[in-house]
Amino acid sequence: MRRFVLIAIPYVWLLALFLVPFAIVLKIALSDAAIARPPYFPQFDWAEGIAAFIAELDFENFVWLTEDDLYWKAYLSSLKIAVISTFFTLLAGYPIAYGMARAPEEWRPSLMMLVILPFWTSFLIRVYAWMGILSNEGFLNQFLMWIGVISEPLTILNTNSAVYIGIVYTYLPFMILPVYSALERLDGSLIEAAEDLGCSRLTAFWLVTIPLSKTGIIAGSFLVFIPVLGEFVIPSLLGGSDTLMIGKVLWEEFFSNRDWPVASAVAVVLLLLLVIPIVLFQRNQQKQQEAEQ
Amino acid sequence: MIHFQNVTKRYGEFTAIDNLTIDIYEREFYALLGPSGCGKTTLMRMLAGFETPTEGKIFLAGQDIAPVPPNKRAVNMMFQSYALFPHLSVWENIAFGLKREKMPKHDIDDRVEAMLKLTRLEKFARRKPHQISGGQRQRVALARSLAKHPKLLLLDEPLGALDKKLRQDTQFELMDIQEKTGTTFVIVTHDQEEAMTVASRVAVMDHGKIIQVATPDRIYENPNSVYVADFIGDVNLIEGTATPNGSDAYAMSWHEGHPPLTVKSPNAFSDGQKCHLAIRPEKVAISSEQPAEADNAVQGRILDIAYLGNISTYHVELPTGAVIKAQTANTRRIARRAFTWEDTVWLSWTATAGVLLAD
Ligand SMILES: Nc1ncnc2c1ncn2[C@@H]1O[C@H](COP(=O)(O)OP(=O)(O)O)[C@@H](O)[C@H]1O
Ligand SMILES: [Mg+2]
Repeated sequence: MRRFVLIAIPYVWLLALFLVPFAIVLKIALSDAAIARPPYFPQFDWAEGIAAFIAELDFENFVWLTEDDLYWKAYLSSLKIAVISTFFTLLAGYPIAYGMARAPEEWRPSLMMLVILPFWTSFLIRVYAWMGILSNEGFLNQFLMWIGVISEPLTILNTNSAVYIGIVYTYLPFMILPVYSALERLDGSLIEAAEDLGCSRLTAFWLVTIPLSKTGIIAGSFLVFIPVLGEFVIPSLLGGSDTLMIGKVLWEEFFSNRDWPVASAVAVVLLLLLVIPIVLFQRNQQKQQEAEQ
Repeated sequence: MIHFQNVTKRYGEFTAIDNLTIDIYEREFYALLGPSGCGKTTLMRMLAGFETPTEGKIFLAGQDIAPVPPNKRAVNMMFQSYALFPHLSVWENIAFGLKREKMPKHDIDDRVEAMLKLTRLEKFARRKPHQISGGQRQRVALARSLAKHPKLLLLDEPLGALDKKLRQDTQFELMDIQEKTGTTFVIVTHDQEEAMTVASRVAVMDHGKIIQVATPDRIYENPNSVYVADFIGDVNLIEGTATPNGSDAYAMSWHEGHPPLTVKSPNAFSDGQKCHLAIRPEKVAISSEQPAEADNAVQGRILDIAYLGNISTYHVELPTGAVIKAQTANTRRIARRAFTWEDTVWLSWTATAGVLLAD
């Protein structure tokens, strides 16, 4: 009995906080938009019964998603932004993690603190701070003009570059921590063994360090990729009008167009798209655990 | 082939290797023996190129190797922890060094197959290191370090993780491989029995210094110091003063009221010089009657008997309070054992049984 309760708790949690809301969103996605409150139809009516209610539901909105090219372009563009920014986060995060893992033991906790520290201020404030840095009169342009690299201010804010910078900055710790934990476990004598067998420093890094931190790289990449795919705040604050991301489209459908059914359909598809990388991520974690046993 | 010339290695204030000069010859099986922390690993790491001497020079085949990085040395090391690449199979681990040499593919295949055969690992070629036993991993490490035909193979406590039986088998395997391949082996160990078994020469180290280098039998029978005598095997040490008594012979007075001991020693001692007689337990005979024609005989009482199956060690307390160990082979069954606790017995040994060592 106790075992049953213990197992039941996470399932109840999952049911209440994931499956039920998902069912509600799915139901809205299958409804039709209406100028009403709430702004969709049909409403469930006890008098007419469940069969009549289900009969009113249809896949119109999903069909619509395929017809208007805004949506698949937004999905594709989100995918592209997520892939590219994950790559840049890896490029920036790996050397930091490597440096941390090679640092003297007594420094490591402090370095770890420095990586985590930004989380203690609000994420929004930090994104706003980037607006101050990247705008035409911002610190970055002022600094570059002061040292004389450029004469005209660069337009960075409200472009995709600003979005990339914001994403890399925000998600860097999610990349650093798993890569660091993989590199820290790496036995230094393996590198020496590789050199002993004829590798230069660089080939030893490429043939031993990289493969042995692979699980960390994969874990970090998914931890960045999955939330970035649905990211809304960063593109809407730092991006421009041509920054197309599905999170932004979703928000506009809900709040500007008040087309809840289409917005819900967008959300359902986004979720289904995310299931694939999440499953891959889980499998990576599982494989890593097995390898450690 | 290898020549250490006044090599010193310091870590900050700490001197790990202290002004060391040694030679290691071609095709030799050279064992470094010493307590933990005496600098054995440091010595190996300098040979492999992971550490540079603070002072002095190391020559390999006449060439100073200081400027040669580890990946360019004809030296391979078998690490204390094996350091097998966990993401590669046994086969790929062994091929790792060969691939770095840009060897043609089928030559690599041949060489790896030969190594697998040598170390009897053919069946495990496709497995990953975590899928094989400790002994097999150790053989993979050996195969990997041998694959590149190094002129010199360094083995850092290679058998430390193995249980006794496997260890002994592997020791013989190592000797066999060394004979077959003709590679120079330098093996580090803190197990004196292992060093004696495998090595053609043993170097005993202490605190970064080499105390004695000699063949296993000379190290055992003719230790040059109390330290070596005590470190290698079991020994009785009797302190006293030497008085010359004919050519190479000394009378050693060791306790008032007891006749001096007769000792032959090639080492010269001056009159009244303090010295130690080191004598192995198996060279001390035990008897119930006073032996008629022994050079040295003392009487004592049996304190303890350690029965080890093939041999028994008797701990005999002399009237002076000193305890002498005597060993006898158990050629008869235990029920007929001649002596038991508290028996008064005679211990005797010849003048040449022990060695006389300076303080
Ligand atoms: N990198 C290092 N920094 C400081 N001290 C070291 C270092 N490596 C070894 N030592 C010291 O040098 C001494 C000899 O070490 P080592 O050669 O590993 O001994 P062994 O292998 O004989 O047990 C030890 O006391 C050890 O503490
Ligand atoms: Mg050591």
